[in-house]
Order: sequence, then C-alpha cells, then structure tokens
Amino acid sequence: MIEPTDNNPQRSELVLNMGPHHPSTHGVLRFVVYTDGEIMRRAQPDIGYLHRGIEKIAENKTYPGYMPFTDRINYLEAMFCNQAYAIAIEKILGITPPERAEFLRVIACELNRIASHQVTLGCIAMDLGAFTPFVYLLREREKINDMMEALCGNRLTHNYMRIGGVSADLDDTWLGNLEGFLDHFELILEEFTSLIVYNEILVKRLADVAVICAADAVGYGLVGPNLRASGVNWDCRRDLGYSVYPQLEFDVPLGRGERGTVGDCFERFVVRVEEMKQSCRILRQCLRKLPDGEIQAKVPKMIKAPKAEVYSCVEGARGELGVYVVADGTTKPYRVKWRTGSFSAMSIVEAISRGLMIADLVAVIATLDVIAPETDR
Amino acid sequence: MEELSRNIVEALGLNPFWEQVFYALAIIVVAVVVFMAALTIAGLLTYLERRVAGRIQSRVGPNRVGPLGLLQWLADGLKLVMKEDLIPACADRPMFRLAPYAVVVGVFAAFVSVPFGQLLIAADLNVGIIYLLAITSLVSVGVLMSGWASNNKWSLLGGIRSAAQIVSYEVPSALSILSVVLLAGTLSMQGIIQAQGGQEYHAEFWARGGWPWNWFIFHNPFAFIAFFLYFTAAVAEGNRTPFDLPEAESELVSGYNTEYSGMRFAGFFLGEFANIYLMSAVATTLFFGGWQIPGILPEEQASSWSLQLMGLLIFVFKAAIGCFVVIWLRWTLPRLRVDQLMGLCYKYLVPFAFICLGGNAVYILLIKAGSTFDWIVHGAMTLFGFALVVYFFVRVTHHIRLVKDRVDFDILSRGTKKPFDPAVQTRRYGRHRKGARALEITGQQGKEIG
Repeated sequence: MIEPTDNNPQRSELVLNMGPHHPSTHGVLRFVVYTDGEIMRRAQPDIGYLHRGIEKIAENKTYPGYMPFTDRINYLEAMFCNQAYAIAIEKILGITPPERAEFLRVIACELNRIASHQVTLGCIAMDLGAFTPFVYLLREREKINDMMEALCGNRLTHNYMRIGGVSADLDDTWLGNLEGFLDHFELILEEFTSLIVYNEILVKRLADVAVICAADAVGYGLVGPNLRASGVNWDCRRDLGYSVYPQLEFDVPLGRGERGTVGDCFERFVVRVEEMKQSCRILRQCLRKLPDGEIQAKVPKMIKAPKAEVYSCVEGARGELGVYVVADGTTKPYRVKWRTGSFSAMSIVEAISRGLMIADLVAVIATLDVIAPETDR
Repeated sequence: MEELSRNIVEALGLNPFWEQVFYALAIIVVAVVVFMAALTIAGLLTYLERRVAGRIQSRVGPNRVGPLGLLQWLADGLKLVMKEDLIPACADRPMFRLAPYAVVVGVFAAFVSVPFGQLLIAADLNVGIIYLLAITSLVSVGVLMSGWASNNKWSLLGGIRSAAQIVSYEVPSALSILSVVLLAGTLSMQGIIQAQGGQEYHAEFWARGGWPWNWFIFHNPFAFIAFFLYFTAAVAEGNRTPFDLPEAESELVSGYNTEYSGMRFAGFFLGEFANIYLMSAVATTLFFGGWQIPGILPEEQASSWSLQLMGLLIFVFKAAIGCFVVIWLRWTLPRLRVDQLMGLCYKYLVPFAFICLGGNAVYILLIKAGSTFDWIVHGAMTLFGFALVVYFFVRVTHHIRLVKDRVDFDILSRGTKKPFDPAVQTRRYGRHRKGARALEITGQQGKEIG
C-alpha cells in the first residue's frame, strides 16, 4: 500500500484538474484540486502555460525597441508596464521627462487602472454567476478604449510611453471627452455600488471567505489592492512618490472588515471599487493641473546606457509592478527582470484554499485578480 | 375520447374491435400535439430568454432569423440536429444515451396535465398535481445518470449537486402545493382552478370567476407566503440562477451536460426551458386562477368558444409573466454556494412551508368560506399584493429616471458634438451586410481571404 503523500492522493480524495481550459481561470492557468466532495483539501497552482520569454526577448532588443513587448506582460495594464520600464531606463540615463509628459503618463495610467479594475470586478461578478455586471462594466471600458485609441492609436496594447516622454500629445477635445467620461462614470460607479457591491448573495459569497491576515499578506509578498485589503497601508504612488503623484491628492483605501473580516474576498472586492473612485479624483486634478510644454525630453537616437543596475516600480492595477534592469554599456539591456503582482498572489492560493469549497476557489482566484500572462510573462 | 371513438365506430358500422384502435390513435394524436406544443413553447422561451437578456444587458439579442428573430430557435434546433452526436470514449454508453430521454420524458410528460384552457387539457387526472410532482422527479434521475455516465469529474459533481438540490427542494415545493390542495379540496388541476371563483358562494358578479381576490395567492396571508416558497423552490428545482449550481459555468464548466452535443444536448436544453414554462403554468394554476375570466363562472365559460379562447389567452399571458420573472432573475442575481443552498432549503423554506400548511389548515377550520371576514381577508391581501407591485414599479421608474441618458451614452459624440454616423459604424464593425460587401468589392482583402 502506498502512503498518501502530496503527490499520491488519499483514496477518499477526488483529484480535479481545473484548467488550463476552464472558464474561470482567466486565461490558461491550471489548478490541481484535491477535493473531498465539494470541499477542497488543497489546490496546487500550476503555472507556465503562457510563458513567452518576455524577459529573454529584452536581451536581443534595443532599449526603445523593447517598449512594445512590455505591453504584452499584462494585457490589462499595458500603461503601467510601459511606465515602469520607461522610468527604469530614464534612471539609468539620468533623463527627466518634461512635466507635461509626466501628467500625460499619470492620466493614461489612471485611465488604465480604471479599465483594469472594471474587468476585474466584472469577472468577480461573473465568476459568482452574475453575468450582467460584466457586460455593463465592459461597456464603460469601451469608452476608455475609445479614448486610448484617440490618444495613441491602440486600444489594448498601448505602447504609449517612450523613454523620456510619451509618443503623442492630446488636445482639448480629448480632455473634454475625459471630463464627460468622468461625469458619466462616477454616477455609474454609484449605481454599481448600490446594485451589485452590497447585493446580499454577493456579500454572502465573498465575506469571510479566504481571509488573509496582514502578516501573511506581507509574508507572501502580496501587493496592491490585495495587500491593502488585508489592512497594510502601502501604496507606491504615495509612499515612493514617483512621477507627479506628490502633487496630487488622493486617499489610499484600506480593508475595513465592513461585512466580514479584514482581508477576506469581499474586502478585496470593495478596495478595488474604492480605488476606481480615487482614480477619478486623480484624473480630475490632472485635468486642472495639466501644464503646457514639451512631451518628450531630449534623448539620443541610439541609446547606449552606461553600466548600471536599477530597480524601478510603479503602483499598477495589481500592485507594485517592478522592473530590474542590468545595463552593460551596450545598446541592449544585459538582463531585465519583472516583478509582478499576480505571481505573488498565485503563491498564496495553495495556503488559503485549504478547507474551502470549489465554488470559493473561483472567488479566491477572481478577487486575487490573477492574470495568467502576468504570472508567466 | 372513448366516446368519440365509439361514435366513429357506430357511424361507420364497424365491429367493436375498431373502437380500441380509434381510441389508441386518438391518444397518439393527442400525445404528439401536446409534445409539439411543449416543444414550441420551450423553443420560443429560449428566444425570449435571449431577447430579454439582451435588453437587460444593453444589447440587442438575436434579431436576424425571421421577423424580430422569432425563428432563431428553429435555426438553432436545426444546427443542433446536424451536429455530430459525440460520445466520449470512456463513457458508459447505454446510460449516456438514455439520460436525455429521462429528462425529456420527465418534463414533457408533465405537460399532459397542464390546463391551458377549460377544455384544453390532455388528461385531467384526479391526482393531477401529484402526477406532476412525481413525473418531474424523473429529471433528477436523468441528470444524475448523465453526470455519472459522462465519466467526467465535473459532470459527476454537477450531477450530484443536481440530485441533492432537486430532492431537497421538492420538500418545500410539495408542502406549499399541499397548502393549495387544502384550500381547494382537490388534487385535480381543473378542480383547483375552478375552486378559485367557481364555488356556490361565488354568486355575485364581483365574486364570480377569475377576479384577483378569488385567487389562492390572495386567499390568506399563509397562502401568500406559500406562493413565494413554491416559486423559490421551483426555480431551484429548475436549476435556474440563483440556484443554477448543477451547471454553474464558472465552476463546473457546464455541469452535467458538459460532454453532450448535438441532439442529446438539445434534449437537456429544451427540457430546462420547458421546465420554466411548466413551473409558471403550475404557479398560474395553483395561485393565479388559471384560465378563469373575471366575472364569468366556469359553467358559462364552457358554453362559448370565444370565452374559451379568451381563457386560453389569459392562462398563457399569466404563465408568460412567470417565465419572464424567472428569466429576469437569472440575468440579475449571482449564484449561491452549495452549503448556502442547502441551508436556505432546510433552515428557511421547509419550516416556513410547514407553518404555511398549518396556518392554512387552521384558517379553513376557523373561518367559514364565503363569510364576511373571509372576504375582508381576501380583499386586504389583494390590496396588499397590488400595493407591493405598485411600489416595485415606482422604485423601478425612479431608478430609470435617475439613469436618464446614461443608458445609451456615447462619449466620443458628446465631446465633439458629432452626430452618430452609421457609415463609420459600418466601416469599423462591418455590421451591415451591404457595407461588408462594399468593402469586399473596393478592397481586394475579402477575395484573398475567401
């Protein structure tokens, strides 16, 4: 008789293969779920189905030539990947982008954050069985995509930022559109809050499920909304103060244990809704403060970075999105390493999934906002 | 029908053996007619579901096949018939093939005792409602069978969930039906309808026939609650959101019917939609006065064809509202978890159903039917019910007014003050066939792909 170990399931266990082609794993992601009927003993994540070698590609690309590849790291937050990479190279070269470019970056990023959270919140609702909120949030996201298209020509993989600035300027019509969108979207958010966020069934499904305490959240390296839902007060925008964020006023929403415990799935859901409101606030300030001027600093045509190692990070929609660049004095980076929020969120799934039900695993993945391409890169 | 076949035989001067033959033929004809009617209803419901879902989700829904897309369900059915009938290699083949039949038979056989009109019922069994409860239980057998036979773990989980769910929710459903049986004093479907407005004390015009205050839902407070219990339990039995755990798409892929394709899948699919109509029809019969016309006694109605037709329309209309509410719920609410589902059933629905049953019994014992107090209770409950409906509509209009133009809002046209240009729309999405063809002619792209 074989003793039951991690790889040999006990006889009473049902081994389920969830993914790589499963409707709620958000891309190609696989979980090996050991269940006892409906209750999970454990769920082992298996990643790597979307590995495209984006870090290796960097070693064969020139510094500006790598920018479009950063879009593909996470299709939902292309702007943040752009920004993290651009800031890293600017640090190496010692360039400061013009202030207008910085504001344009912030506007693009915050719009991108709203778009990303819209997909996330819609997916959470859809994974819990409500299809309609997803459709409505995607309808709103379509407006953001239209604006992005007007801004930089791309709807999803924006490739908007350049080393030392941004690729395109915007005009007053676009700003008018943005203001119109904000007026519209803030009301939509209120409606969303009253109709969906506090829907009793949704609260029952999410509250007190898969609680992550602050120590665990820090220990597993959770970042962004997942970390803040556990009550840890950390936001790169405010605490590191990159770009023009020090000039802007915004709050950092934290998990309050409104309907359950601090750090449960419901908190992760609510924190994202609150973050969208804060993004709207930031965008309104940017509209007022946007200065005139250049959008691109003087950058040599052929960038030859000096020998240096640099880490830069931005607060993406899934938290701290960091890039570590090693330059060796040539026109190509020696090594680029990305640190993404989904990867660390993935690592905690196995720990918190013990004893949950299968339906809860879906909620856990959705509220942790795991995006497969970002995990695998 | 026996009479009919006897008359035919007598008229033709054949020997009595032919009486049996004609009788059997008549039964077959009726069975085919009922089956076809139920199929059509189920098909139309799939269309209705998609249109309603489209409206709810701020999109259009199917509108290409036939006028308003009304023939979409036929096209879909045709597609499913022509698909390959796939059976997984390791499936339990006989069981796998048998399962859809159990579901189809379970649902469609129940249509035999659905009273579409006073004379439009295939068989007015004297145990009609019990027959209905019993035959629909076949569905859970079919679902469990399909889940097991597919040899797929997701299907199995779906099948087990479904069996547990249907068996559990039959308890509150049957108990709340029993409340109505107590009030009506009969198990026959027609008998239950006639009890709502066709009794001796329903003599005055304002008390005759299908007035709302004669309906069992407004009979007394306990019956009012019993309706909601029945409705919740029936939605759960029909595997509809918020109780659609057996086919929870985001958890179990597609649940028990994951491995099915082609006509066998259509069997499950149509069974589900026929079931929606069935539960609405049963609710109409038990709680909403069925085919009764306000102010007209059943005896009068039986004498006139036009009144019969009107009764049919009334019944179909009431049932359609029920179907609409079920569809509406599906596209509004999230799904419960398994433990919450069972908790809801055994902690809330079952005890309340028992209370309703007891309450109804006590009401019948203490209060004489047709007494002044009885009428006051009916009237008060009716007022209360209508007040609820009015309040609901006030809230909905209030919210719609709040939303205003946000329902259909185009951000890019607001900023630039440009009107909506259909040519741009065509170019961007190729929505209209004319536009698409124009592109094919002008650019060479279309030909290369073709």
